[in-house]
Amino acid sequence: MSHDDHAHDHGHAHDAPPSPYHSSQRSEERNRELTEKVARLEDLLVAKGIVDRGALDRAVDIYENDLGPMNGARVVARAWTDPAYKQRLLDNATAAIAELGYGGLQGEHMVVCENTPEIHNVVVCTLCSCYPWPVLGLPPTWYKDYAYRSRVVVDPRGVLADFGTELPDDVEVRVWDSSAEVRYLVLPERPAGTEGMSEEQLAELVERDAMIGVTKVEPA
Amino acid sequence: MDGIHDMGGITTFGPVIPEPGYHPFHHNWQRRAFALNLLATPFLGPVDRCRHARERIEPPRYLNQSYFESWMTMVAMLSQELGFATAEEIVTGKSKFKPGLPFPAPDAEAIAAFLKGGDPAIRDVDITPAFKPDDEVRARNMEVKGHTRLPRYVRGKRGTVVAYRGCHVFPDTHAHDRGENPHPLYGVRFEARELWGDNVTRRDCVYIDLWESYLEPRAEGEA
Repeated sequence: MSHDDHAHDHGHAHDAPPSPYHSSQRSEERNRELTEKVARLEDLLVAKGIVDRGALDRAVDIYENDLGPMNGARVVARAWTDPAYKQRLLDNATAAIAELGYGGLQGEHMVVCENTPEIHNVVVCTLCSCYPWPVLGLPPTWYKDYAYRSRVVVDPRGVLADFGTELPDDVEVRVWDSSAEVRYLVLPERPAGTEGMSEEQLAELVERDAMIGVTKVEPA
Repeated sequence: MDGIHDMGGITTFGPVIPEPGYHPFHHNWQRRAFALNLLATPFLGPVDRCRHARERIEPPRYLNQSYFESWMTMVAMLSQELGFATAEEIVTGKSKFKPGLPFPAPDAEAIAAFLKGGDPAIRDVDITPAFKPDDEVRARNMEVKGHTRLPRYVRGKRGTVVAYRGCHVFPDTHAHDRGENPHPLYGVRFEARELWGDNVTRRDCVYIDLWESYLEPRAEGEA
């Protein structure tokens, strides 16, 4: 379901229009200013010997191409198909995730929260934008925006409804605020009708938003 | 320091706008701003100091910047405050002096190794944790002068310890050159109604990681 389909008919009114500072509202002129500003800062820090330009390009490449939600999706698919792995993941997520080759900056202390028919988990960082980089890459814009950071702790069901996710009243919603260096990955419920699928096929079904906990994994 | 960054519980920022797909950057300047921040951290850090710098951006500016812009602002702020650059150099982009640096800028291989190895916050120190899972606690009600990771919305509220996470570096001192001060960190559960009152779903809750010095014990059932 796209965002427009549900049109906020989820039982409560929002108090304000979409954020005026959202990136989609930024003018081309503003983008040009920012382009020039960051170029000056880059030139300065390179000249100062603080930043190596080759390292800049490498860092961008790693976060654009090597890291991303496909890593977390592999972790989830393995947990769905290998009960012993799932147990290790719930007992010591950092070590179990390292078994698949993932780890490092912003993933040093991982905890996996398992969704069940009774419990739904959703992750936020209300103070900044902490996020499990090795398994999900860099966060989407909405995760860093003020609407999400401020409201999901007090109105998680309303925020999930913004994503088209409706939960029954008898489900317990647990919001995980990443206030320290512990980083959280949601293990979504495996959808019905996927019994015959391979681990690789299952990984294709697992989208980032389900591993943050704002959506569920839909059957193929 | 109680700033605009501590925004848990505000409900007037409007709807969340979903965005399908993995698009970490929408403009090239964001790629450069992100990577500049990452690469400058070994000189401008620790990360706690960097987070605190973003928290010190004046509220109207904070609210009118996107996240990559505030990261750029933070790099400019700390470069000046730590003596690596002057305000004039930040504006012009032209270096007028070469600062003394503790080590050379990490190259591509060093950065790749750093990202892979990470920067763990846990420390092996001989401290017996005061709390254990299921202990009833209260988040201290206190105003902290500098950086803190104790959000306003849990202060003074009753919670239950759910996990002991080991001794972690303490951001409140580490951000201000007052040492790592590692001590016990706990996962703590707060019921939604304890935090927000009776007008929220009874069974919902918030889990948050809090250092022992943010917590005080309470007798079971204490109001």
